[in-house]
Amino acid sequence: MRRVLRIFLVIALAAATPLAARQRPQVFRGARILPITSAPIENGVLVVREGRIAAVGAAGEVRIPDDAEVHDVTGKVIMPGLVDTHSHIGGGDGGDRSDAIQGDVRILDAINAMDDGIQQAQAGGITTANIMPGSGHLMSGQTAYVKLRDGTTIYDLLYCDDVLHDICGGMKMANGTNPRGAPPFPGTRAKAAAMVRARFVAAQEYREKIRAANGDSTKMPPRDLELEALVQVLEGKRIVHNHTHRHDDILTAIRLAKEFGYRLVLHHVSEAWKITDEIAASGFPASIIVLDAPGGKLEAMDIRMTNGAALEEAGVLVGFHTDDGITDSRFFLRSAALAVRAGMSRGAALYAMTMAGARMLDLDERIGSLEPGKDADFIILSGDPLSVYTHVEQTWAAGEKVFDLSDPRDRAFAIGGYNVARPVSLTHHAGMEGH
Amino acid sequence: MRGGERRRASRARAGARARAGAGVGKAGGCVGGGVGIGAVFVGAGLPWARLRAVSAGLGVVLLGLGVGAERAAAQLAVRGGTVYTMAGAPITDGVVLIGRDGRIERVGAASDVDIPDGYRVLEGEVVTPGLIDAHTVVGLAGYLNQEQDQDQLEQSNAIQPELRAFDAYNARERLIEWVRGFGVTTLHTGHGPGALMSGQTMVVKTRGNNVGEAIVDSVAMVAMTLGPEVSQNFESPGTRAKGVAMIRAAFIKAREYARKRAAAEDGSGPERDLKLEILARVLDGEVPALITAQKVSEILAALRLQQEFGFRLVLDGAAESYLVTDEIRAAGVPVILHPTMARQRGTLENATLETAKILHEAGIPVALQSGYEGYVPKTRVVLFEAAMAAAYGLPFEAALATVTIDAARILGIADRVGSLEEGKDGDVAIFDGDPFEYTSHVCGVVIEGAVVSEQCR
Repeated sequence: MRRVLRIFLVIALAAATPLAARQRPQVFRGARILPITSAPIENGVLVVREGRIAAVGAAGEVRIPDDAEVHDVTGKVIMPGLVDTHSHIGGGDGGDRSDAIQGDVRILDAINAMDDGIQQAQAGGITTANIMPGSGHLMSGQTAYVKLRDGTTIYDLLYCDDVLHDICGGMKMANGTNPRGAPPFPGTRAKAAAMVRARFVAAQEYREKIRAANGDSTKMPPRDLELEALVQVLEGKRIVHNHTHRHDDILTAIRLAKEFGYRLVLHHVSEAWKITDEIAASGFPASIIVLDAPGGKLEAMDIRMTNGAALEEAGVLVGFHTDDGITDSRFFLRSAALAVRAGMSRGAALYAMTMAGARMLDLDERIGSLEPGKDADFIILSGDPLSVYTHVEQTWAAGEKVFDLSDPRDRAFAIGGYNVARPVSLTHHAGMEGH
Repeated sequence: MRGGERRRASRARAGARARAGAGVGKAGGCVGGGVGIGAVFVGAGLPWARLRAVSAGLGVVLLGLGVGAERAAAQLAVRGGTVYTMAGAPITDGVVLIGRDGRIERVGAASDVDIPDGYRVLEGEVVTPGLIDAHTVVGLAGYLNQEQDQDQLEQSNAIQPELRAFDAYNARERLIEWVRGFGVTTLHTGHGPGALMSGQTMVVKTRGNNVGEAIVDSVAMVAMTLGPEVSQNFESPGTRAKGVAMIRAAFIKAREYARKRAAAEDGSGPERDLKLEILARVLDGEVPALITAQKVSEILAALRLQQEFGFRLVLDGAAESYLVTDEIRAAGVPVILHPTMARQRGTLENATLETAKILHEAGIPVALQSGYEGYVPKTRVVLFEAAMAAAYGLPFEAALATVTIDAARILGIADRVGSLEEGKDGDVAIFDGDPFEYTSHVCGVVIEGAVVSEQCR
């Protein structure tokens, strides 16, 4: 499947024509459709054209184009492709051990677009991922927002159009225990905060010099790759994704973001249930991980499955992530289901898997819901998204089918088997301790 | 069940009976003191906790049970919309009566079983036997994952079968309470994988403030591992073949030791050697060898060791067992399969979600386990692993058996746990729906008649 597509892609790129343009409109009818931003549609119709959603609605209310290829998916459930706000698929990583703050490093320079982990994520219904460097640094580098197409290169996956000039992801930061270490790493939490503040103060000064130059290239400060990225953070163009578990670490992450005025997504937030009001008051969203048990590391000792419910109740925008390989991309829907088991509403949990994630990555104009004009990223499920017995049967990204359970090769990525998948993620070469 | 297994189980059982005090006669046949239908909602601290506790007759329902607190076993009736006894067909609207001795008095349809006056009644949609985690390290491995709470693997020597699990078990470990909240009442726990012989395992109930109160079988198996992870933990063996040679040498030495000890009449035999002593018990067939073997080569090596020395073998992990089902079945060896959702990495790189189904179809006895986790999360929950096996082709009741009766048989404790039958321990899990469904809850857990958890989890 992938190899064939790869050939297609080469042809498509050579012709500078979007692959989807070569396709007839695709129509999916008969399914229960969960658009997320509007009410569920029984016996719905989804029309896809040129990689985007052309129409979605109830049978009889949506015109089916004459040249469409029609798929009868009666009895299935269709919902938007899942958004994983924090993943380590693709074999990439960020900074090395030379410094605790390495905002200049880009993970997009290290991602293998053909890594098996991407196939497995597609099998789990994930169509968008925020691929992050590890959390062993205060700032481990720039993250990459990717669409999980069947691609050959990172360019096939990236959301940004111009990799040399666009902002193609967020900024990964971490506090708590992971970044601690011998110099140049901080020995205490307070030192960690001081080091981060010092870098942002430097970024503020750098921004002032750029402003003072007022477009005169002779007055510009010398280029500094890290400060350039941090200026993007200060200007709200690049979102900080902050690994943080313990309640006081969460508050520290919020405090620093408020001090410098940058946009923040709180990640993991094991102890969120202790400070839901403070998180809500901050206005920052939280992307949570759902784990089968507490502990494994000190800062996750008080994690609760009720985090989703508690944050929802407090009015916080909640998303989910796999942190793959901490949890397995193939079972991503399980995170939402277990959060519902622990009291989160179904609506909020499904929103969290899709639209909330899109908002956390500044991609909500393009993805996260089934609405005309948005990218045709969707999954076809055998049943209710929150049932253990439900399987992802098909995953479509930008109007392309990237996973089909009935295809033996794709199925093997979902099920496993002999010599099927050799995903490389951070867990492989850097130990688990970076998460 | 083979002889040794039964002997050990009955010894352990005698101890439990002594603790439980004088047995109470069957209490059936009393007035059909209608079940008091006033449902009492126990607000157990979480908004989603919803256990229906119904008092029978004029029995007072005890509310406000603290987390971790236990109450003396009382007469208890557990009534379920469907009761999976795991000993015959499921019973629609069934009742399980548990006597004051903590053992099951009667199981049957509500229409046939009168609930005697004074019995506390717990109700739920689905009732199963208390779940069994067929292999874990919880209790030796703590949730903090710091050096001081990790006792599942000692790394001074690759062969240490003399290490006893009960010398290291922390009955108050938080992970025990955690898995209990999800219906797990029995653990096969102890020394973990990672050494040729890492030590002994044991069977405990997920209750008690110390190991003595928890224990069911103090020496369940000797844990062994064949695989490259051993070479990561020890300087020698450096290869799989060397590891097998070292195990063979140890058993040959143990056989000789046992022969000389038996032959010596006047204390002239070899001095007592704890290592060889436990291996002699393995050779005797009294204590099975639990061999973690993931790859085909490791599984076949385990079967060869079993053939050579004649001990009782339980295969553990067995990620590639689906490739050698004929060999495993021919050897008559049961499998405690890796967690269904185990990461497909390292020696489990070829694992599949369908292995439980494949082994079941091949007629190989299978139990499921939470296994060993080195990082986050620090343990899995065996209920979830069975659920995933059910989602990938293992029939529902077969999946339930992997964490109840089949696990009990493989562990040699089926005369006490694993099914809801008269005379067995009153260990019960109560669900508000399909036990495997993500969004169902475990709303009651009973161990030997004591309600140990009644928050919906």
